[in-house]
This record gives sequence, structure tokens and C-alpha cells, in this order.
Amino acid sequence: MSELALEVKQLNFSYGKKQVLHDLTFNIEVGQCSFLLGPNGAGKSTLFSLITRLYDQDKNNIKLAGIDIKVEPLKALAQLGVVFQQTTLDLDLSVRQNLLYHAALQGISGQKAKVLIQQQLEQLDMFERQNELVRQLNGGHKRRVEIARALMHQPKLLLLDEPTVGLDVASRESIVQHIHHLCEQTGLAALWATHLMDEVLEGDQITVIHQGRVKATGQIDKLMQQTKTASLSQAFFALTNNRSK
Amino acid sequence: MAHYWFALWGIVFRELFRFVKQKERFLSALVRPLVWLFVFAAGFRAALGIAIIPPYDTYIMYEVYITPGLIGMIQLFNGMQSSLSMVYDREMGSMRILLVSPLPRWFLLISKLLAGVFVSILQVYVFLAIAWFYDIQPPVEGYLWILPALILTGLMLGALGLLLSAFIKQLENFAGVMNFVIFPMFFMSSALYPLWKLQESSEILFTIASYNPFTQAVEFLRFALYGQVNIEAGVFTGVAFVVFLVIAIIGYNPSKGMMKRKGR
Repeated sequence: MSELALEVKQLNFSYGKKQVLHDLTFNIEVGQCSFLLGPNGAGKSTLFSLITRLYDQDKNNIKLAGIDIKVEPLKALAQLGVVFQQTTLDLDLSVRQNLLYHAALQGISGQKAKVLIQQQLEQLDMFERQNELVRQLNGGHKRRVEIARALMHQPKLLLLDEPTVGLDVASRESIVQHIHHLCEQTGLAALWATHLMDEVLEGDQITVIHQGRVKATGQIDKLMQQTKTASLSQAFFALTNNRSK
Repeated sequence: MAHYWFALWGIVFRELFRFVKQKERFLSALVRPLVWLFVFAAGFRAALGIAIIPPYDTYIMYEVYITPGLIGMIQLFNGMQSSLSMVYDREMGSMRILLVSPLPRWFLLISKLLAGVFVSILQVYVFLAIAWFYDIQPPVEGYLWILPALILTGLMLGALGLLLSAFIKQLENFAGVMNFVIFPMFFMSSALYPLWKLQESSEILFTIASYNPFTQAVEFLRFALYGQVNIEAGVFTGVAFVVFLVIAIIGYNPSKGMMKRKGR
């Protein structure tokens, strides 16, 4: 069996009496680019909050790189890079200062931080802009900085919560390619929540969730086969349309 | 251990840098107590006669009396403002980046608190420097003695802000809390008038003010500014700090506080 970057096993979660996640089970292997597809309110954000430990869970249902987040939360969080849906950069600081702040939170400082910042920014063609204030950057560039930040401490799993929303086609494409390239080349695993089907490429793992339940997992052709449809969009619609259940 | 130091440094640096960049914040933090000192105190000088009370050994001007209260006010506003920024950060998301870093939450929150205290101490010293030219000239050693007191009172008031931010979900609610926390705390304290004056008017107000942590913080600062230690006020402030901090940490704990109430 391949090594797992993320293991979610029979995860349940409720807001008060309202259960939003039901027995959620899925895995992501090392080096796998995995997409989480689901309509609004499917439970994607709740799942992300649980993986990042912003919310707590009762049982030991989530493992990051083999580390149980309930048992060793800090060790587990060190394996994780996150790009949240909303921009979480400090607008009044420069690109470099934002990254230095993150490096400090990850326990990286001095020369090592400088090298890692340069490495990540160069990979995303942002090194030239390192001294610009984040406020002056466009949406696509802000996203690239956030990706650089999430990858700086070399995590095993990268979480991306709809990272391309509101970006132009070129920015979206470059982000999609960059993440896929990293998964192939470095063994990084990614869990990417999106509504945009064209971001999913051949060979990517897909998990469709609807109303807090996993409706299907597999690659594009498996999902199309299972739903007897001709495209990923149609397969997604078939899986998340209540009448066709 | 080095990880903790780097993180603390990063959090303090960020807060300081943001503060320096936000010139309006620095200015308003300074203008507020100065208006009280130059305008309010001047107007009230005639209305309020101050008897000789410790730590003062002579009759003092009203401006001299309210200076420690205004120092407390700077720290109170700063504590509330940094918690306001935490509510904002939480709504905007940058708080998430802090909370998902691989460090214990209590440590992250205390670091955030220390960063805020550091900023408030800078504000206080600038205020004291301006006040010096206005003839408010405590003994030189007072400027040194007040530093540890400022750290403790700043921590206590910051922890109060932290506690509030843990239980406030949106900014709109926070505006109300500012009115319900800052003003009552400030007016029901010894910042503007000695407690015995308050006792003459109302026994109930006197009792409330005596147990108000802000009163204790102001008295601790008042004595420190004159090179003396008010042990009772110091202990009260210290205990209040610990209580506020513990509740705040529980509030930010994913399995116990705010997060628990939000989801489950």
C-alpha cells in the first residue's frame, strides 16, 4: 500500500444538532493531487477546518502523514500547508515580511528563511516583487504569495480551499500547473477544493461530497463510467443532484 | 525552544511594524489621553480638590493625579484595540494562519498579548515625554519603576481584550462591548477621581470601583511612577491577569471554547 499523506476515516461532525459530515472516509497518497468537489454547503469548509484543527473532533479520525492530529496536533500541523479561500496575507506588510512572519511561526529564521523565501518566490515568478506591499499586488499575485507561504516549510500536504476564485484565466492556469508540477516532481500531496471542473486533470484523484457524504471517489473516467455520463461536469451533476440519487 | 523564540519574535515584529505603518492609530492613541490631560484636566482642576494621599507627599495638581489614569487608559484602549484586530483577523482569516501554525495555542495567544503590551509601552513613554513638558515630572526613577508595572497592567488589560475577542463572533458585537467595557471600567475607577471622593457620593459605586481591576491597575501604576510598590494593587492585577488569560485560552481552545460552540 502507498504511503498516505492524509487519512480521513469515518469522520462525523455536527453543528449543534445538525450533522454536516456523515462517516466521511477517503485517503490521499503521497504525491497525489486530489480534488474535493461538492456544491455549496456540502461540508468542504467544515472538513478543512477539522483538518487544520480550527475545529476539534471527538475521535481519532484524521491522520496527516501518518500522524494523528488528535494525539500529536503540533507535529501533525507541521506537515500541513494551507491556502485559505480568503486572502490571509497582511496587506500592510511587504511580500517578504509576510513570508518572514510565516517562517518565524514555523520556527525557521535567519539564512534558512531567506533561502526558502527566495526559492519559493522564484518558482512562482514573484521574487522581483518581494519588497512590494501586498496591498499593491493583484489577486493572482496575492494567491501566488499565499502558495509560496504555504509551501515554504516544505509540508507533506497542501490544502487549497478554492484558491482560484476570482482570478483571470492565465493566473488560474499557472496555479493549476504549478501545483500539479509540484505533486509530480516533489511528492507533495494536495487536497484542492473547487467548483471549477477544468482545474481537474487526467490522473487526478477526485472525491465528490454532497450533503456531508462521500458520493464517489476515483479518477475522471471512473466517475464518468459510474454515472454513465460523458464529462466530469455531468458526472458531478449526476452525483450531486438529489433526484438522480 | 528556538522555534518558540522565532515565533515570539515574528509576532512582536509584525505587531510593531503594523503599528508603525498605521500612523493614524499611533496618533489617535496619543491624542486621546492628551486631550484629557490638556482639556478635561484643566477644566476640572477647579472643581476637584485633591487631598494629600499616597503616594503623593504634597498637594498636587489635578493633571498630576490623572496622569496614571491616562496611562491606564492608553493600555486599556490598546488592549481592546488589539483584541478588535483579533476579531478582525478572525473574520478576515489571518488569525487562521496563526492558529494553524505548529505551536500550542496558549503560546500563540500569550505572544500576541506580549506584542500588544510592547506597543502600549511605547505609547505610554511617548505620552510621558510630552507630559513632562507640561510640568508633569515624576521622579526620574519613576520612569524606570513604571516599566515592570506597565508590563503587568498591559498583560492584564490585554488578556481582558483577548478574553472578549474569544467570545465575540463579529465586529458589530464588539462595538457594543467597547461601550459596555471601556467606559464603565474607566469611569468606575480611580483614574479620574480618588476612591474616597466616589465614596462620598455613592457607597455602591465605591465598592464596585474598589474591585474594578482597572482601579487596581491604575493604583499600581500610580505608585510605581513615584518609585513605590503598591503590593495589594499588584497582586490584584496579577490575579486578574491569570484569570482573564485562562478563560481566554479556554475560549480559543478548539475542543472547549468558541470553536466548540461553533461546531459540534
